[in-house]
Order: sequence, then structure tokens, then C-alpha cells
Amino acid sequence: MTTLAYLIPVALFLGGISLGAFLWALRSGQYDDLDGAAERIFIEDDKPKA
Amino acid sequence: MTCCAPGLDGSLPGSLPLPSREEIALAARSLGNGRRQIELSIPAVHCAACISSVESALTRLDGVEAARVNLSTKRVTVRWREDAVPPIVDTLAATGYPPHTFDETAESRDGELSELLRAVATAGFAAGNIMLLSVSVWSGAEGATRDLFHWVSALIALPALVFAGRIYYRSAWGALRHGRMNMDVPIAIGVTLAYAMSLYETINHGPHAYFDASVSLLFFLLIGRTLDHVMRDRARAAVLGLAQVAPRGALVLRADATREYLPLAAIEPGMRIAVGPGERIPVDAAVDWGTSDIDVSLINGESAPQRVEPGTQVRAGTLNLTGALSITAQARATDSFLAEMTRMLEAAEGGRARYRRIAERVSAAYAPVVHLTALATLAGWVAYDGDWHKAITIAIAVLIITCPCALGLAVPIVQVMAARRLFENGIMVKDGAGLERLAEADAVLFDKTGTLTMGRPRLINADAIAPDMLVIAAALASGSRHPLSGAIAAHASGPNPFDSIVEVPGSGVEGVLHGIAWRLGRAGWAGGEGEGTVLARDGVRVADFVFEDTLRPGAAQAVAKLGQAVGPVEMISGDALAACGRVAQAVGIAQVHAALMPADKIARIDTLQAAGRKVLMIGDGLNDAPALGAAHVSIAPASSADIGRKAADFVFLRESLAAVPIAVSIARQAGRLVRQNLTLAVVYNVFAVPIAISGHVTPLIAAIAMSASSILVIGNALRLRNPAGGAEAAAPAAGALREAHA
Repeated sequence: MTTLAYLIPVALFLGGISLGAFLWALRSGQYDDLDGAAERIFIEDDKPKA
Repeated sequence: MTCCAPGLDGSLPGSLPLPSREEIALAARSLGNGRRQIELSIPAVHCAACISSVESALTRLDGVEAARVNLSTKRVTVRWREDAVPPIVDTLAATGYPPHTFDETAESRDGELSELLRAVATAGFAAGNIMLLSVSVWSGAEGATRDLFHWVSALIALPALVFAGRIYYRSAWGALRHGRMNMDVPIAIGVTLAYAMSLYETINHGPHAYFDASVSLLFFLLIGRTLDHVMRDRARAAVLGLAQVAPRGALVLRADATREYLPLAAIEPGMRIAVGPGERIPVDAAVDWGTSDIDVSLINGESAPQRVEPGTQVRAGTLNLTGALSITAQARATDSFLAEMTRMLEAAEGGRARYRRIAERVSAAYAPVVHLTALATLAGWVAYDGDWHKAITIAIAVLIITCPCALGLAVPIVQVMAARRLFENGIMVKDGAGLERLAEADAVLFDKTGTLTMGRPRLINADAIAPDMLVIAAALASGSRHPLSGAIAAHASGPNPFDSIVEVPGSGVEGVLHGIAWRLGRAGWAGGEGEGTVLARDGVRVADFVFEDTLRPGAAQAVAKLGQAVGPVEMISGDALAACGRVAQAVGIAQVHAALMPADKIARIDTLQAAGRKVLMIGDGLNDAPALGAAHVSIAPASSADIGRKAADFVFLRESLAAVPIAVSIARQAGRLVRQNLTLAVVYNVFAVPIAISGHVTPLIAAIAMSASSILVIGNALRLRNPAGGAEAAAPAAGALREAHA
């Protein structure tokens, strides 16, 4: 029973981290161009982007 | 860099005029801090090499701060420092990616998708955690442990319901306030009551709580709703990205000989406007200087270009082909032909707005039955043993088990699949209602110019012309923008022998070769008498050219298929009867209505619909737009006028008319699957409701029953296949890009 006292918060916390990560990714525009993201890995970026 | 073959797209004959630098300046928005930004559509971009060549070409330009390609929407966002506009359009066109502006108001790009995604994420998080706790309860957690799990579930579920559920609460409330019923009403009621009852049970240390049911229900439904939204967004972006036909503004010539680019809305009657070759006439006007040929096909369906000279009236939206013109505006943009068509369109669309979607009709019947059943259950149990708590518990269990999880998914999930299949075939669908209406269509009306035909002439007597004459004609023709010249120039071979070719707008082209003057153009000007296009040597007619409008690929097959699968096929065109008759014969349409005004087209549709027919209208011109709106369902090609694309339910991006029978076949298949799914949902209820009424439903049974029925309808929707003939049409993806642009 006492294990539950910390296991439940830990489970919720871990789930919350992934939820937060998803919301952050959404807000920072990482889902705006899924096709482009897949293709951009082929671009050799010699000079650093401004 | 070789995968793209850039440069090909821009040089296609008939490619649309590029936006001018003034238009870019007008369309760009200021970001404050001395920066301006514009988003341009570049349909040709499709791979990593395209992205890097576009971005590097643009960032090299003076003043450009950043350029970012979005491959999903095929757009590029360019940001530059104010003052001067960098040559963005020319650079992109030279790189092989001709851009165009598109009309997207800020509010049409609301945060609805990200709101849905956030809601899905939150509901998914809550559903996962609550389900874990519920599994522990089902596996035998007792007493204080069970209460603890219930309390934790209640705490997780509440914010999820408020945050993710408000989409449903809002929609349900909107429907109820207008006295309507939609699927969201029973969902909102069911979810809320399930939560309230579970909370009551938790407070009273009860064994059964439905937190998992209410949240996972929201989760499933939100997934369906999000997919639906993503599909429609994609289709909308693809249609918006097509080149605009109507110009944004015009170059006004002031009395003091200065020129100023004004937005369309600022143009007043009496202003003088300069229209270069390749530009569209901005407002209804009269020509006061210059001669040229005007392509009116998009306006009234006439395929042959018209010659204009000082004094001629020109209509907004027509395309100036060969010579520079100066025109005097006679009407404001809001009083022009285009605006008149928009008004007719709005008036005609009333009938379609009355269409009620399948989901609405079903939920209007379903919700009262479910709620009455729950009420009857409550009354029955109270009358049976007088235990109010037990009666309410069972009545709410009835609501939960009938809460239309499967029903809420049954229609949208099929339409998402159908939209996806259509997308693979280069067909964009506006919304699910269009699919439902297309499945019902039983009569077909085709416009001619631009729809059954490409609106692009083809030389049909090349074999009858002496080969050396053809070579000279083709060389001369390459110096002109006239569509007939384009058709002759297609026969060119070898280097051009002429040193200089002069285009005489409205008449033809002339050039001198080894001391001989050659002229190619209308008969009266080049040499000889009569009509038609001729080649003349020193004023003597040496060859005649005969043209025919090119049929759209697959036109005859499409007409035959539609005649078989849908119903009678007719042609309604603004062009003359003779031109219509030839095309009708070539594609196999028996009934032809020629020389129709836009109002006549609507009248024909009304006649058919009064006779009980549901009309599918396929057309592209401005003059078709009201008819596209009036018909039961409508399809427009990508090359059609902006307003026509907006009015139509479907837009197909490829050249072939095969898209039309494919769309019909997918829509009908979707209709069948929707009916099957609704039947499945009803069958599920027939089994589940008696169990619920008899009081045997536990949260475990509810969770299993609801998930199983949802999976069943989703699985059934996945059976939607590409129709025969659709697969090979889907294969040439690169060709589709080119066609979408042309």
C-alpha cells in the first residue's frame, strides 16, 4: 500500500513529461511540415544556418 | 540535383502569368521592426534538392533575411528587410519553381488543428493513466485501495474532460441553441453523466466508476475528429496553393504620366490602366490604346481568342495575350463581371445549404431514442423496487453503453479514408457532405471549354502542309504568345532561321528570311481573303492551318463511364453550337445545350432538379461558377477560375477527366461503408442495451464493448480501396505536379 504512495505520482510524472514534450513539440512548430522534415535529412548543410 | 529537372515547369506553354513585383509588395505583410514577410505557393517543389535550391537561391538575394520551404503545403515563406522588394518571383522562376500568391485570410488559418492535437494528447494521457488504475480495480483492488484509485482517476479525468471535452460541449451547445441535434449532444451528455455518477460512487465508496469509459470515449472520438480535420486541411491547402486567376491589383496610369500599382479595391471608374501581354484584365473596361488578342475562354467558354482594338469592351478576368493595352476602367471591381458571378453564386447556393448530412439525420433520430430509453429504464427500476440510487445508476449505465462511440466514428472515419483515397488520385474534397451528395448524383452536366477540352488548340492538318512551310511557320510562331502560335510552334525543329520576328498584336507575326517577307496570322492581314490562320510569302498565301481544341485526356471514357454509372450526360456551354457539336461527338455526348449565359446554365440545372434529378456539374469557367454552386454536387479542374474552385465540392489536380468517375466510385463505396458502419453500430446496441437495462453492465463490460465496436467500424472503414483504374492514375506523381501547375 505504501508503495502506491510514490508509484502513482511517479507514473503520473513520467506520463506528464511525455505529454509536456509533445505539447512543446507542437508549439515549436515541429508538426508543421512533416514531409519537409523527412526530406531535410538529405540536405548536406555545409555552412551553419544564420 | 537531378531528381527535379527544374526549369521544365516554367517553360510549359499556357503557364499562368507570374505575380509582378508590385503584387508581391501588396500581398506581403509587415512584421513591424522593418521586416516584411510573404508566403508563396510553389507547386513544383517536391524533394530535398528542391528545398535546398529554393532556400539557397532566395537567401543569396540582397535584403532577404530568411527563406523557409514547407514541403507539406508546398509553400515558401520569405522574410526581407523593408524598402525594396527583392526579385523573389524572378529568382524562383529562374530556379525552376514558378511561384504564385494565394488568398488566405488570417482567420482561415485558425489554431483549430493545434487545439485538436492538444486535446488528443491530453485525452490520451488521461485515458492511459486512468485505464491502468481501472485495470487494477478490475483485477480485484478492494476497499481503501479501490477508493484511492477512483479518487486519482477522478482527479485526472476532470481536467481532461474540461480541456479535451470542451470541443464537444461547444459544438453540442451550438447545435442545441439553434434547435438542432448533432452527434455531439448525446456524447456530451453521456460523458458528463458518466463522470458525475462515478464521482458520486467514489464519494460513497461504491464499486463501479466509469472514469475510464468517459475519458477513453473522448480520446477515440477526438482521434477521428483530428484525422478528419487533417484531411480537409490538406485538401484546402492544395486547392489554395493553385495559381490565382484574378489579379490582386493593377498598374494605374496617372494624368501626370506616373504609374502606380493599386490594389483592386482602389480602382475607380475612369482610371487608365496598363495591361501587359500575359496579364489579366482587372476590371470591366474599354480599350483606349493598343491592339491585342484576348482569351475569353474562362469567362464565357468561347475557345477562340478575340481581337480587341481601341473602343472594344473587355471584361474583368479575361487574359491579354499578345499586345500591350491601355484601358479605361468602367466599373469598380465590386461591380465587375466577377462580382456579378459571385452574387449569382451566393444566390444559387441556397439549395445546397439545406442538405442534411447523414450523421445529422442519424443523430436526430438516435439521440431521442437513447435518452427516452434511459428515462424509461429509470422509471421502470423505480417502479420495480423503488431504489432510486440503483435506478439512476442503471439508467446512466444505459446512457454510457449507448453513448455513440462507434456511431460518432462510423461516418467520419469512412470519409477520412475516402478523402485519403481521393487525395492519392489527385482529387481534393472540401468536406464529407460533398462525398455524400456525390454518391447520390444521377445526372451529369459538363461544361465544354476547359473541362471536356483543355482550352488549348492543336494543329490538326499538319500532314496536309508542306514540310518546309511548316518549319517556317513553326519558327515564326515561336515568337508569339498567341495560343494558336503555340500549337504551330510545337512542330518546330532545329534552330530558328529568322533573325528577327515581330509580333503584330491582334493580327499575327512577321519576319524576314533571305530577303523574303513571311507572315503568319489571320488571313485578311497576312495575305489573301477570308478567315482562318494562314502563312503568306510576300503577301501570297502558301499554307492554311486548321485547329481544334485538344480534348482532355480520358474525356470520352469518363463520359461513357458516367453515362453508365450515374445517369444521362449533357453538355452546357457558352460556346457556339458548331464548336460544341464537334466536341460532343468526339466524347459521345448526345444532348448539347450551346450558347448559354450563366443564368441559362442555372436554369438547366433547376429544370433537371425539378424533375427529381440530382445533378453533378463539372465546369471550370467564371461563367460556370453559379452553376457549380447551384448543382447538387460539383467538380472543378485545377485550372478553373478561383471562384469556381471555391464553389466546387471537389477539385481535381491532374489533367485527365478519369478523376470524375474515380471520385464517383469512391464516393459510392464510402456511402456503402457508412451504411454498413451505421448498421454495425445499431446491431451493437441491440445486444448491449438489453444487458444495460437489466442492470448487468459493469465498467469492465462497458470498456470492452465500446472499444470493440469502435475497432469494428474503423476496421470496416479501412476496407475502402482504390477503384479499378485509380491505381495507375496514382502512379506518375511527378506528372501530377506538372499538371497541377499547368
